[in-house]
Amino acid sequence: MQAQVSGVLGRYTANKLGMYAWALHRLTGIGVIAFLLVHIIDTAFVMVGPELYNEAMALYKQPFFRPFEVALAAAVIYHALNGIRVTLIDFWEGAARIQERLFYGVLVLFALLFLPSAFIMLRPLFVR
Amino acid sequence: MQVTLRIQRFDPERDEKPHFEEYQADVEPTDRLLDALNYVKWYVDGSLAYRRSCAHGICGSDAMRVNGRNRLACKVLVRDLGNPITVAPMLSFQLIKDLVVDMEPFFAKYRALKPYLIADDPPPEKERLQSPVDRERYEDTTKCILCACCTTSCPPFWANGDFYGPAAIVNAHRFIFDSRDHGADERLATLNERNGIWRCRTVFNCTEACPRGIKVTEAMEDVKRALMLRNI
Repeated sequence: MQAQVSGVLGRYTANKLGMYAWALHRLTGIGVIAFLLVHIIDTAFVMVGPELYNEAMALYKQPFFRPFEVALAAAVIYHALNGIRVTLIDFWEGAARIQERLFYGVLVLFALLFLPSAFIMLRPLFVR
Repeated sequence: MQVTLRIQRFDPERDEKPHFEEYQADVEPTDRLLDALNYVKWYVDGSLAYRRSCAHGICGSDAMRVNGRNRLACKVLVRDLGNPITVAPMLSFQLIKDLVVDMEPFFAKYRALKPYLIADDPPPEKERLQSPVDRERYEDTTKCILCACCTTSCPPFWANGDFYGPAAIVNAHRFIFDSRDHGADERLATLNERNGIWRCRTVFNCTEACPRGIKVTEAMEDVKRALMLRNI
């Protein structure tokens, strides 16, 4: 398995899955933080007036927004599961030795949690 | 066989930034990358600069990025590297010339974590005895040759050069977990600071890069647990 992580981190080839796990963890972490900022702003609209708040909430309910919500769910689920993997590596002696298997475990659990969620979230777009 | 080497060149007196140049080398498949570099230096372009000393994977001089991964040039065979072979200096350190980087900051961090025996008890008549079980505790981290393959493969170190980095911590580990040593507390206090062990993000590049097969990330985790759980 080979991949280049570009940019400042670039010019180094990952060999072990650890680097993919870490890069994805960073990416999803930044994504979740970005959403959190937006979410704080739209929730703060309630201080300005209920109309503005309702308008912002209506925007979220547009079909156009749904894929982004699915992406957010993916980011949160991956970040949470890999966070547990990292915590295990920190606290449990021996976890470092099986870190790649733990990563596969993260991927399996991710599929189990994410695919049904995505199905439930996207279905209303196609079935009326 | 003929191999093409894509080597990063940089002459501080002429070049503003590094660039790649291609060379042909006539080598045996069982030759090491170092032999191919020697071929280029001796028969093609004598101005090529790289470090090497023992050429047998012990001195740790010829660490470089080979096809994007940190390797010792004397420990990889040409036949395992494909064609062309891309050779570049280690990341994060100041370039001196071609494949030679300034290792002084690396050694400064190594020294900062006190890689020597600290024992305040009076010296015994003969040697300080240690049981095989106690010796086994830090066996893995005695193997380090300070080549910097691990430290320069570490993304947190690329992002922040003030991080002590895996190599310095591996060598601290060697003494922290030595039953004859009494300096664990001062080393751990340093490692608990801002640029200490907590910069480790368990990327595992260091473990993959180590030419001595040290389980570097495991050693880092040992140190983290020593700080969290106070179990040395």
